Amino acid sequence: MVEFRDVGFEAGGRNILSDFCLEIRSGETLVLLGRSGSGKTTALKLINGLLYPTSGEVRVDGRATSDWDPVRLRRRIGYAIQDVGLFPHFTVELNVGLVPRLENWPEARVHDRVRELLAMLELDPDVYARRLPCELSGGQRQRVGVARALAADPGLLLFDEPFGALDPVTRVEAQRQFLHLRDRLGKTAVFVTHDVREALLLGSRVGLLREGRLELLAAPDAFRRSDLPEARAFLECLE
Amino acid sequence: MREEILRLTGEHVVLVLIAMSFAAAIGIPLGITLVRWEGGRRWVLGFASVMQTVPSLALFGFLIPLPFVGGIGKRTAIVALVLYALLPILRNTLTGILGVDAAVRESAVAMGMTRWQVLCDVELPLASRTILAGIRVATVTTVGTATIAAAIGAGGLGVLIFRGLASVNAQQILAGAAPAAVLALLADGALGWIERRVSPY
Repeated sequence: MVEFRDVGFEAGGRNILSDFCLEIRSGETLVLLGRSGSGKTTALKLINGLLYPTSGEVRVDGRATSDWDPVRLRRRIGYAIQDVGLFPHFTVELNVGLVPRLENWPEARVHDRVRELLAMLELDPDVYARRLPCELSGGQRQRVGVARALAADPGLLLFDEPFGALDPVTRVEAQRQFLHLRDRLGKTAVFVTHDVREALLLGSRVGLLREGRLELLAAPDAFRRSDLPEARAFLECLE
Repeated sequence: MREEILRLTGEHVVLVLIAMSFAAAIGIPLGITLVRWEGGRRWVLGFASVMQTVPSLALFGFLIPLPFVGGIGKRTAIVALVLYALLPILRNTLTGILGVDAAVRESAVAMGMTRWQVLCDVELPLASRTILAGIRVATVTTVGTATIAAAIGAGGLGVLIFRGLASVNAQQILAGAAPAAVLALLADGALGWIERRVSPY
């Protein structure tokens, strides 16, 4: 579904990613784990063409991202980030319906889809659809962000520390909901985090990045048993 | 006298409206261009700043001998007023758009909005308040500066002021200055009201 082939990314004379090879399988949730500056967010942005590799290529559905029309590529891929990036001047309804409207869905279908998604994320559409983002709590904004990413039913979802700004209790709730959605929707997802607990909980595989290289790619169980120093350093956070 | 004040007030308003329409029509698109054209910022903003530092009476004078834009009358006055009004509009358009939250802009791009859609549906609405504030400042200043346009035969309330000055008649000066002040206050109030109405969030 997504394939990194010897990808390198350089910015400002610095190598952010080097010799990066990775294949993301259909239906899995791949978590990219790493410290800040390890290149995980860059890897994510290479998938939907917010960035392009300086060497090698990233292939999405068998085609290099540089060969895609960026707008078409991005509309096939759901995206949610830590600060959510909801449009402050759009109501919840307009925010969630954004991509379907860009794709010219008929208005009635957009409306139904928005209500369906809000209900799925446990936000009563009658209460929340007309609110502005500033009238929501952090956890609610987060869920609206996820709803927006899901709206046009994309085959692939990208999450960049989506729960990073949440308080610990809300964060656990959000993670539980993510697992529930993962099992229910069976979408392919790439999830970036620096929280090892979150990585092991949500990922079907975990990719560990250090200084722009993929050091380890393993299922959570195998990850726990790894004796790589960087993996140990993260696992020590669990104790 | 009253009729003359009314007529000149009307002239004044028309002068300001025409100048502001041009200033906005040039300043907003140019400000948008400067968002992406970083190399041009210094030059364009520098030019607009220099225009503001030239004393207004001198600017009117400088323009008179120029071909096409110069001469005696309304056209020259409008060119000068536009040059004056440009800076606040340009600067506020630029800072308004640059001030849009990076996460909002990035997610707009990541959702697959085109450049044009990002500009029209995200950047401009979120910058609208700042842009309008620039237009308000420029309008209020222009109402005042436009009184000087009478010096080059463009009419408006300045006619009364200059005539009063020449004949040392304070009443005559006030007859021009007071309506100009009221116009400035009205413009400030009206544009301030629109500004508050524009962004609901």
